[in-house]
Amino acid sequence: MSVTFRPESKDVPMSKQEIAADVPTQPTAAVAAQEAPEQQQQAQGPDGPPDVPRVLRARTTDDILSLVGSAVAAVAFTWIVYEHVLAWSGILGFVVCTWVVFLAFYSAVSVMENPRPVLLDRLAAAVVTSGAALVGLALLSTVWYVYYKGWPALHHWNFFTKDMSGVRPTAPLDQGGCWHAIVGSGIQIGMAIVISLPLGIGTAVYLTEVGGRMSGTVRTVVEAMTAIPDILAGLFIYALLIIALHWERSGFAVSLALAVTMTPIIARSAEVVLRVVPGGLREAGLALGASRWQTVIRVVLPTARTGLATSLILGIARIAGETAPLLIVSGANTFFNRDPFHNPMNSLPLYVYTAVRSGEPLFIARGYGAAALLLTLVLALFITTRFLARDKIRAR
Amino acid sequence: MSAQSTMLDEFLPPPSTRLDRSAAELDARSVSAWFGSNRVLDRVSLTMPAGQVTALIGPSGCGKSTFLRILNRMHESVPSAKLAGEVCLNGTDVYAPGTRVTETRRRIGMVFQKPNPFPAMSIADNVTAGLKLTGTKVSRSHRGALIEHSLRRAGLWDEVKNRLPEPGSALSGGQQQRLCIARSLAVDPDVLLMDEPCSALDPTSTRRVEETIAEISKDVTIVIVTHNMQQAARVSHRCAFFLAALGTPGQIVEAGATEQIFGNPRDPRTADYVNGRFG
Amino acid sequence: MTLSIFGGPRADDTAPLPIVSDDVPRRIDAGWPPSDKIFRHVARTIGLVVLVITGSIGAFLGYQAIPTLRRYGFGFFTESQWQPELDKVGISAVLVGTIEVALIALVIGFPLALLTALYISEYAPPRIKSSLVAMVDLMAAVPSIIYGLWGFFLLQPHAIYLARWLSQNFGWIPIFQVDTDPNAAAWAQSQYTASAFIAGLCVAMMVIPMACAVMRGVFAQAPSGEREAALALGSTRWGMVRAVVLPFGRGGIIGGTMLGLGRALGETIAVLLIISPAFEIKYKILTVGTNTTSALIAARFGEATSAQLAALLTAGFVLFVITLFVNTVAAVLVGRSRSGAATEI
Repeated sequence: MSVTFRPESKDVPMSKQEIAADVPTQPTAAVAAQEAPEQQQQAQGPDGPPDVPRVLRARTTDDILSLVGSAVAAVAFTWIVYEHVLAWSGILGFVVCTWVVFLAFYSAVSVMENPRPVLLDRLAAAVVTSGAALVGLALLSTVWYVYYKGWPALHHWNFFTKDMSGVRPTAPLDQGGCWHAIVGSGIQIGMAIVISLPLGIGTAVYLTEVGGRMSGTVRTVVEAMTAIPDILAGLFIYALLIIALHWERSGFAVSLALAVTMTPIIARSAEVVLRVVPGGLREAGLALGASRWQTVIRVVLPTARTGLATSLILGIARIAGETAPLLIVSGANTFFNRDPFHNPMNSLPLYVYTAVRSGEPLFIARGYGAAALLLTLVLALFITTRFLARDKIRAR
Repeated sequence: MSAQSTMLDEFLPPPSTRLDRSAAELDARSVSAWFGSNRVLDRVSLTMPAGQVTALIGPSGCGKSTFLRILNRMHESVPSAKLAGEVCLNGTDVYAPGTRVTETRRRIGMVFQKPNPFPAMSIADNVTAGLKLTGTKVSRSHRGALIEHSLRRAGLWDEVKNRLPEPGSALSGGQQQRLCIARSLAVDPDVLLMDEPCSALDPTSTRRVEETIAEISKDVTIVIVTHNMQQAARVSHRCAFFLAALGTPGQIVEAGATEQIFGNPRDPRTADYVNGRFG
Repeated sequence: MTLSIFGGPRADDTAPLPIVSDDVPRRIDAGWPPSDKIFRHVARTIGLVVLVITGSIGAFLGYQAIPTLRRYGFGFFTESQWQPELDKVGISAVLVGTIEVALIALVIGFPLALLTALYISEYAPPRIKSSLVAMVDLMAAVPSIIYGLWGFFLLQPHAIYLARWLSQNFGWIPIFQVDTDPNAAAWAQSQYTASAFIAGLCVAMMVIPMACAVMRGVFAQAPSGEREAALALGSTRWGMVRAVVLPFGRGGIIGGTMLGLGRALGETIAVLLIISPAFEIKYKILTVGTNTTSALIAARFGEATSAQLAALLTAGFVLFVITLFVNTVAAVLVGRSRSGAATEI
């Protein structure tokens, strides 16, 4: 295997005498006098031409052409072979076959000119990029599909302002809406935040600032609880409150189930955020004569406020889409109910579920609309966290 | 400067809520310190006279910083830390039962090695942070004067007077450290402890901080830990040389006036250290 | 004035200084103000309240499980039918279905998550890297009901072709067998829907972002010194990844996968939307009908009497124990590995 060196760019002029001489160690004085002004000219900063950075490329022409060529050849080959020779059908199969053939061609072309490590490198890059592209495609198709199917319901204004009382599921889309579900979701999530935010941040403060013998146990249990299936939280609240204590199914019971899920999530991520606050700041606060709680309230929490906001928003995004506990603890009613303590209260995920399961096309369309709304909510929350995080980075 | 200070007297917290404005004498008597069962200081005694700068010098790991943190009761914030002995501020032991640790720390302030202005506060708020944190009320009219007074004492006023609303972390390293000094001065301490305040700074900022130390030392007793012997020679009136041989706790080998420690040390180990034979 | 403890210079300054102290540590009362003590008590109380509430979920479910287990005994784990009116309840079919769906989700999700994590961390152009990280986080945040919709309405019609292809070409493997003839001209599409396979595909969409986020975070922490050493030896990018990044990230890869497994075991709504419930221990994953624990609970709780509810709670307790075990193992693996130790908390 040979390695070729490309010649350096020719910016150092060599006089003819120097090229002719075998080993030009000491150029003659005349030559030196001839060379010196030229070189001096180039070495002079302000008067000579300024330096221009070189363009460095890691990819060679061979890299690019191998890739493109193999791709084109694979498509062409599969086109011919797929339909007519192998008699398979379906676009999915076509794409898969093209990809396999592409890899084969790419390997063959690479192995002809390059050593084995380069072949493996190219194959790995192709496979890794394809895998990521597949995942990206799946995500994009999900988002696109929900909006596409939800659009028929979404572009009616009554979808956002009316509820389904008195409207049959088979009614056309300009009647009825999911206003009651939107409000229901808002109330339930709001109440869940009111319960779980102080508990979550309080737990985080306990773990980072106070500590003690039980803190290890608390941390372990809280971390374990962030991962339980959400349906179990719903089951717990149902069995505890509705069966054992004979409460009725209400919006408040849903909030409790959501809070049970949300508190460990907020506690865990808030703890991480508080731990990142430099210890030097706490020391500075104490050294000024502050008590420990004054340091926490006035120094630690304000310093971490962006991270705490992010924890909260991520917790909201997580529970906004939870359906499983709602199936158990909440009833899906059709009318507008603002009272969280009496009567069932509908919410967006539950609305989507009942709509989609109903089998009525128009109702399913409404379900898609509500799903699109839910997705938009999650997206908006997400963009807010990115926005907050970027501000924090810029302020440094 | 003195006319300014008398004029600004009325803007500082009233005498009933603040302590004697003159510097105080700090006297450590037979102080020993442990981390768990590991003894790190062995019966260290040192008098730090009022209105003077005392430097603690010695190789790293000898317990200088631990001793410093004992002076303002920061040592005990480590869970396994223990101590014996007394630290007397103007004759009263700060560790006496019934003494509030927050009160001690108000009277004995500390500036740390790594500048740590509060990033969530503006420069102006950083200066008054000590008052805000301890819940001391300062009226709005007095606040501006207090900020200016503290920043002038720290030698930072001219550089930041037009940038007061900016966040505290937007300054350079040397400026941040002077901001921390201003913050500590704003609560009007009797003693200011400085734990290698210039080790993270460039030479120009170091010089500025040393100028600040010289200016404020009349009003505030200063105890400074430093690795830099030339700095100790420049800024301090008195020096204490700490040493801990391998496996033994730190002790003070020799203490006295700076000229004597550097010019005519009594102990050969002191002579070796100040002449750079070991570091 | 202070002199050295022994007075006067010593001739031999290498001998250790003798310790003559006999002092003992003194008791110190920090004298915090009362408000400070109250604050600490309040924080401690909140921590303990949260501990009690979250801990009591498991305890509560376990407590409810006792009468059911006492009544049905070990048969609860071997009985496959769920017919409460005949007093025959058992979770064996349901457990098998849960594990099947989770494993399918892992088999599909693990390689894709690994490839995506590698792409984002090693191959992506720097300008779009943070956007890609955001997209993975977004993918994790999308509600599972939306993935359920996608899986049922968009994926299933196409996935049954894939299932048919599998049964045509790999039908000699028992799990890929179907009960109908896959090669028939008018093949029975309905036999391929609502299967564990399709549910697993859908759950994979939820496993991928979770595992990918953990793996990517771990790859990003691979020490740059080792990366540069590999490159300086003339290695290609893939060679460097194989030599440095993957070995370093082993703990994170396994841990992230197990976290995804925990999620897959408990996924309810997507499975509920796709499958058609069937109570038999079935190893043929391509055919219609299966059930998982969480889907069983969600579907059956409404009509349950108190005894049946207790049985459902027992099933929930079993699910809880399994998920807890998997997640604990995952946390231990990530924490003890080299990549986990390098993770700053």
